[in-house]
Amino acid sequence: MPRQPPTKEELEARKIVGINLETITNVHDTNYPGHYPGEDHSWDIEKFKQEFSVEIHKNDPYEASFSLIGLDASIANAFRRIMISDIPTLAIEQVFLNNNTSVIQDEVLCHRLGLIPFTAGKEGLRNFVEWQAKPRETGEPADCRDSDTFQLELKVRCEHNPDAGPHETDPTKLYKHAHVYARDIKFNPVGRQYEWFTGENAIRPVNPDILIAKLRPGQEIDLNMHMHKGVGSDHAKFSPVATATYRILPVIDIVEPILGRDAEKFQKCFPQGVIGLEKVTAEDGKRDSRYLGHEGELKAVVLDAMRDTVSRECLRHDEFKNKVKLGRKRDHFIYGVESTGQLESDDIFLQSVQHLKAKAKTFEKQLVNMVR
Amino acid sequence: MPSQLKTSGSDDVSMDDAPTSHQPQQDESMMDQDEVEDDEENDGEEEEEEEEEEEVQRVKLLPGSTETAASFEFANEGHTLGNALRYVIMKNPEVEFCAYAIPHPSEAKMNVRIQTYEGTTAIQALEKGLADLQDLCDVVNDKFLEARQKFQEQNGVTA
Repeated sequence: MPRQPPTKEELEARKIVGINLETITNVHDTNYPGHYPGEDHSWDIEKFKQEFSVEIHKNDPYEASFSLIGLDASIANAFRRIMISDIPTLAIEQVFLNNNTSVIQDEVLCHRLGLIPFTAGKEGLRNFVEWQAKPRETGEPADCRDSDTFQLELKVRCEHNPDAGPHETDPTKLYKHAHVYARDIKFNPVGRQYEWFTGENAIRPVNPDILIAKLRPGQEIDLNMHMHKGVGSDHAKFSPVATATYRILPVIDIVEPILGRDAEKFQKCFPQGVIGLEKVTAEDGKRDSRYLGHEGELKAVVLDAMRDTVSRECLRHDEFKNKVKLGRKRDHFIYGVESTGQLESDDIFLQSVQHLKAKAKTFEKQLVNMVR
Repeated sequence: MPSQLKTSGSDDVSMDDAPTSHQPQQDESMMDQDEVEDDEENDGEEEEEEEEEEEVQRVKLLPGSTETAASFEFANEGHTLGNALRYVIMKNPEVEFCAYAIPHPSEAKMNVRIQTYEGTTAIQALEKGLADLQDLCDVVNDKFLEARQKFQEQNGVTA
């Protein structure tokens, strides 16, 4: 007997992870060859092209949100991991302290400096900046080049402000340079760095108001810094993202009508904007006999399941028992990418895709050598 | 290293013959010089990976492997490539079994085990997996650019 191919509804149902009060069901992807007799789930790029889609919800330089639909978790997770630890950025890597008489210890100060996010002209970052050369065989560091080392300087001395009033108590008015901010860091370009990083393209802190240290009259910070290119897997300061996350799309299925006071209570079980209240119309009654006789009452409808946090609160109340089914759509990933400011959020994602491709490509090449 | 591919005789290999790791000690000095020279001709984001790998062989066939059942060791790779690769290889109907493991967290090594049905080899399955992964990335890239273009038009932003 020939098998019936799965219906559209069945294929959609396979994508839903069931969420019950205490348990979850159907957690694994089953779209592998050999799982369903008579069905072909082998890799097909054309099929993938048809089924895969992207929706962008927000695309600001420092924060982007988008959905990738029709992907496996292993791929989605690869992009996320690459964004966090494999996309290179510039950060302060070496600090040469000439003088530090502030109360903040040398090593703590250096650590703080390393974590300050910097930005610069995108063209230069993309086309000019190179990896620092590896140390020589003898162990001494390789020569610095204008394309891999960027010099910064921080030289601040705190002094009494002669113009301050006699009863002034605010240290920022009483003294000059009582607070050292990221904007006090000066970039000293050399060589070809003038071509790429001048004017509005200069290397500068993303946020000039980051407080680095506090000083009192007579105290001084005088140091030089070198920036290098690095990756997040080496040190978190090189990570281009503050956060890169995804969550799976929540699904709320109201199986039985929820009406009147129950509907209002149901709405309160979810974050704002997830559940809406609508009046039951005569048409509802015609369409679905369960609404007959309830015209004019309020009914609960799903407005925007994406905003749900899947708290399962609604499952704790007996009045909604068997009236609602919670789930998540396994192949719908809602990404949230927040850039630290050096690269734009959408660019970080695109780089992660290129990075994964490059990884596969290099190993494909190496495979030829391995066989030979 | 075809000598490790035992096509005849017993398929089973005693545990003694299969060490957990087969990476020889890398000669670090070899990798340095060429990287500097390569820098100029790189375009865009792929550069950094490319340079390092050009010189050092980072994928090895582990001993005890046969034509249709082989283990591969990837140096300096982790869950990022391991799990993604496992997924695309499992999508191949010729593959009976595929799994990846990181044998020890303090060694930067990732192993992939592939067993195929007759008619293809584990190496071919790995090759197809790597190729499919690249195709997948191209589709994701194109669709994302398309969606971003549409989003910018809708929101009145000029690219």
